Amino acid sequence: MAESAQPLSARARLAVTAGKAAAAVSRAAGRGSGSGIGGRGALKPDPDLLARLAGHLDVVLVSATNGKTTTTRLIAEALRAGGEVVSNALGANMPAGITSALSDGSDARYGVLEVDEKYLAGVARDVSPKAIALLNLSRDQLDRAAETRMLAERWREGLQGSKATVIANADDPLVVWAASSSPNVVWVAAGQEWKDDAWSCPSCGGGLDRPDDVTWRCAECGFGRRAPTGVLSGDKVLDPPGAPWQIRLQLPGRANRATAAIAAAVAATFGIPPQVALERMQAVAAVAGRYDVVGYQGRDIRLLLAKNPAGWLETFSLIDPPPTPVILSVNARGADGTDTSWLWDVDYTRLAGHPIAVIGDRRLDLAVRLEVAGVGFRVCDTLQEAVQQSPPGRIEAIANYTAFQDMRRTVGN
Amino acid sequence: MSSSGLRVVWVYPDLLSTYGDQGNVLVVERRARQRGLTVERVDVRSDQPVPTSGDIYLVGGGEDRPQRLAAERLRRDGGLTRAHENGAIIFSVCAGYQILGHEFINDLGQREPGLGLLDVISVRGGGERCVGDVLADVDETLALPQLTGFENHQGVTQLGPGVRPFARVRLGNGNGTGDGTEGAWSGTVFGTYMHGPVLARNPQIADLLLRLTLDVPALPAGDDRWYDALRAERVAAATQPA
Ligand SMILES: [Zn+2]
Repeated sequence: MAESAQPLSARARLAVTAGKAAAAVSRAAGRGSGSGIGGRGALKPDPDLLARLAGHLDVVLVSATNGKTTTTRLIAEALRAGGEVVSNALGANMPAGITSALSDGSDARYGVLEVDEKYLAGVARDVSPKAIALLNLSRDQLDRAAETRMLAERWREGLQGSKATVIANADDPLVVWAASSSPNVVWVAAGQEWKDDAWSCPSCGGGLDRPDDVTWRCAECGFGRRAPTGVLSGDKVLDPPGAPWQIRLQLPGRANRATAAIAAAVAATFGIPPQVALERMQAVAAVAGRYDVVGYQGRDIRLLLAKNPAGWLETFSLIDPPPTPVILSVNARGADGTDTSWLWDVDYTRLAGHPIAVIGDRRLDLAVRLEVAGVGFRVCDTLQEAVQQSPPGRIEAIANYTAFQDMRRTVGN
Repeated sequence: MSSSGLRVVWVYPDLLSTYGDQGNVLVVERRARQRGLTVERVDVRSDQPVPTSGDIYLVGGGEDRPQRLAAERLRRDGGLTRAHENGAIIFSVCAGYQILGHEFINDLGQREPGLGLLDVISVRGGGERCVGDVLADVDETLALPQLTGFENHQGVTQLGPGVRPFARVRLGNGNGTGDGTEGAWSGTVFGTYMHGPVLARNPQIADLLLRLTLDVPALPAGDDRWYDALRAERVAAATQPA
């Protein structure tokens, strides 16, 4: 792609400047990092700016319901072995935020971009990516997002004829459906614990047979799992022709090992050996506050983000066992989705044995949910109160999106 | 009710469980057990026959295509209709509510026959999707407290003479017909657009289903502290200006 690089036109340079000014105003007004606003300012004067800014980069797009930000970060770490990287590391993942991030990357070789699921097809059209990583699709914010199946369908249509190498999770039927319209796919069996959005075939609606933990296949049309070239197994990626790649992450949990497996496969498409890529990922200890262990009120608290049922399921599997105290916090503000029904898709009986405190705007929804699950809990008004009431030991604090941001602010993270 | 206890049947969790619909099953199950009943929960996937001997059937919401598939399979199977003939209680939400009616508009934009267990017909609304908190007064003959729920649908459901509105909205859209009706019921069959899930927001409705099944006028009181607190909060949130 480097040979097709074009200098930015005067108009585009002006647009970038306008965008940065808007971002600076937004930052000054105390509204977050300003990357969303900056991008909007930049997009307005020149709709082709995104394509222009990406023109000299080898671009990787990352999309999923869960794990976008972490995957983006791990891929960025891996690709730095080959050159400078520009990335929307703070998770501003709509076209405006992506434009804003790219406007900082004039010297970079790679662009590693997290993209909101709804915008993937459009951004893929604009930036001609070399690689697209697709991890998972599951229910999330149904009061405002499109239905999960429709997202898979939109991905499928958007990726049809794409020249990018698609690195896709072979264990998620919706992802496989979305990716299999692409001519060039690297299948990685990265696992998918959550199965409740894929009991019926994405292609024909028939029932999916799941004879074991791994295989799935439509009884009616035969649509099924693709043979993977990489398989996540424990803390290794099994790569059939070669030796297993060892994953050693500071980030906890199965979902992050899955993320690393996909990230290593992406790096491999850019000629970076998986071993080198995985080695570099080991340096990542936290991603935008997620997994950080912070001191607060003389206690150690691990901050965990879980936004939807699939995310909570993966999070439950990585927390320390009982009697480790757990604090749960849920809000239902705009960025979270205003419907809390999804709490009933989360299996809270998994927390039996943990002392539990619930906080957040919607702590009473959590209280009823836990009452019905038959799990003991305590309702607290603040994080401070919840921490003070928790028995000794490191505390696992699990929160959805804005509740997580609230918690970070409270503990000074 | 059979000697083995209360049979609660969850219809098609693989197709009709988009908005925490399992919550309705869990609440019925929990409240029955708290009253000392033995409960057998039967989750019926869409490739399995619907048992005809259940006491309470719960049918949830779903996306457009799964809704059509569910209607096709329920028509073909016939189990739910036979269970209704046997006197079972059926409580349905959103897509499930539409399926229990005479017809609805499917994902292909065509009229799809339902089961005709409720005298309602659903079409697709032309306007904005109805999303948000709802407050409504339940049909007075059911003697239940105010209904609180969350709606998220684009359907418009017209009630025929064979049903009564389940509730009348104070806030929100309900059936989307503009006449303030929300849901429908007739005998032992209920339909509503309310998510939440609705039985977690309104445990008295879960108790109504149990009372109808047991044919008793009242149940022993339970500890409803957290339900009451949640209800009070949602009613206050819905009625206070943002
Ligand atoms: Zn199929």
